[in-house]
Amino acid sequence: MKAYDIVIVGGGPAGLAAAASAREQGIQSILILERDKELGGILNQCIHNGFGLHTFKEELTGPEYAGRFIDKVKELGIEYKLNTMVMDISHDKVVTAMNREDGMFTIQAKAVILAMGCRERSRGALNIPGYRPAGIFSAGTAQRLVNMEGYMPGKEVVILGSGDIGLIMARRMTLEGAKVKVVAELMPYSGGLKRNIVQCLDDYGIPLKLSHTVVDIDGKERLKGITLAEVGPDGKPIPGTEEYYSCDTLLLSVGLIPENELSRGMGVEIDRVTSGPVVNESLETSIEGVFACGNVLHVHDLVDYVSEEATRAGINAAKYVTAGEKAEGSKVDIIATEGARYTVPRFIRVDQMDDLLTVRFRVGAVFKDSYISVYYNDERVMHRKKPVMAPGEMEEIKLQKEKLQAYPDLKTITVKIEKE
Amino acid sequence: MAKEIKELTCIGCPLGCALTVEIDGGEVVKISGNTCPRGAAYAEKEVTNPTRIVTSTVKVEGGEKAFVSVKTKEDIPKSKIFDCMKDINKVTAKAPVHIGDVVLADVAGTKVAVVATKNVEAV
Repeated sequence: MKAYDIVIVGGGPAGLAAAASAREQGIQSILILERDKELGGILNQCIHNGFGLHTFKEELTGPEYAGRFIDKVKELGIEYKLNTMVMDISHDKVVTAMNREDGMFTIQAKAVILAMGCRERSRGALNIPGYRPAGIFSAGTAQRLVNMEGYMPGKEVVILGSGDIGLIMARRMTLEGAKVKVVAELMPYSGGLKRNIVQCLDDYGIPLKLSHTVVDIDGKERLKGITLAEVGPDGKPIPGTEEYYSCDTLLLSVGLIPENELSRGMGVEIDRVTSGPVVNESLETSIEGVFACGNVLHVHDLVDYVSEEATRAGINAAKYVTAGEKAEGSKVDIIATEGARYTVPRFIRVDQMDDLLTVRFRVGAVFKDSYISVYYNDERVMHRKKPVMAPGEMEEIKLQKEKLQAYPDLKTITVKIEKE
Repeated sequence: MAKEIKELTCIGCPLGCALTVEIDGGEVVKISGNTCPRGAAYAEKEVTNPTRIVTSTVKVEGGEKAFVSVKTKEDIPKSKIFDCMKDINKVTAKAPVHIGDVVLADVAGTKVAVVATKNVEAV
């Protein structure tokens, strides 16, 4: 059996940044396993611009952003295998994978970095009634077809869900000559970034109907139309508000789910809110030496934050390989409550943390003129006003090691949203 | 002209700052809500001459992939977006194409080039 110090599952933005940073820490034996035919992951189909302002201080398209990291990985001489599917990872970090050249093979890893990304929630998860005709795609599938394969999925389009990919595809399909009739969103607020509503919908006069959903699908062979209805505060369609839209294509942009079959298979503890692994300050999962970063950990809005997070995962995996894990220090739980849905990481060992640690979280509803509050035990230590917070946009707080160490008998850190 | 106040959402980056622009007699007199200079620049442009970067794909001949992603090297007037798409859809690039290569020198009479945003090697 071959052996590597670090095996990275996934060659997208998270895997690439983790690999580069681990190599920069001096780890020579690194292998990236990627199931697609090229590195770069989902960025390859995100041909729109707006990536990299934090990382590179310039505005790049997805492929350009990926290109920077691919170049870096190649310059650093990091090994990678394409067209390679990881089938299983054992609790002892034996990775079983397969591809056409090597067949099925196993690798013993000292550390594993999970960077598998996420996938789209499908129609099946929504229980939309009606027939199952051709013409219903997830927004990401349509994005791949239009941007990489060169096919237009249809001419008259309705989009359900206002996630960023749906918004981006509303513009993209319009530019390629399709008529996008409406974007419907079940929630009373958009799940996408504000800027995407401006430049993808407003720019092209595409209406966004909040608190609306698809209640019927018309067409047997090919989609002929859909029926939209308004939903009440209980999330149920309001009778009498039904409206028919003829269309040959329905795109679903209704959420992303971290892809954690491998993580579950190896016994990693999964957080019920994020659907990603529970991690500590080092982005280490419940299995020692197994780290997670990027959208497999929790779904991000910005690839810049993925790169930053993955860089930390790479550094910590390198530390683990060279030093082995130190004995656990005192553990402090981070509790997300009252408006804050989750935090990553979920607990920290103060002795092991960096001097400054970024904790990311999402809110559960839209909050206006509210405060992000942080409590050490029962004492409020941070209180920061934000004009608007929405579930579609990730929030963050920073924790200073010095302050945590100085705090007597710290047991919990609580993050909540307060009106005043 | 009277004073006018416009509310915008900055599209410079995913932060999406809420901008307020005060216009007096066609002149921008005050911009607030931005967190960086890009926001101010965007606000000024958006109320006087709105522009956008356009991204799309172009066919490739003789390459490892059939398409290459492209963008306008700079932002172009919003009113030219569809003319720009028409021009882009007429272009066929020859492999190899590399990031930054010009695939169309002047799109829709804007004097702005369309450049590749991905590498496609020849086969």
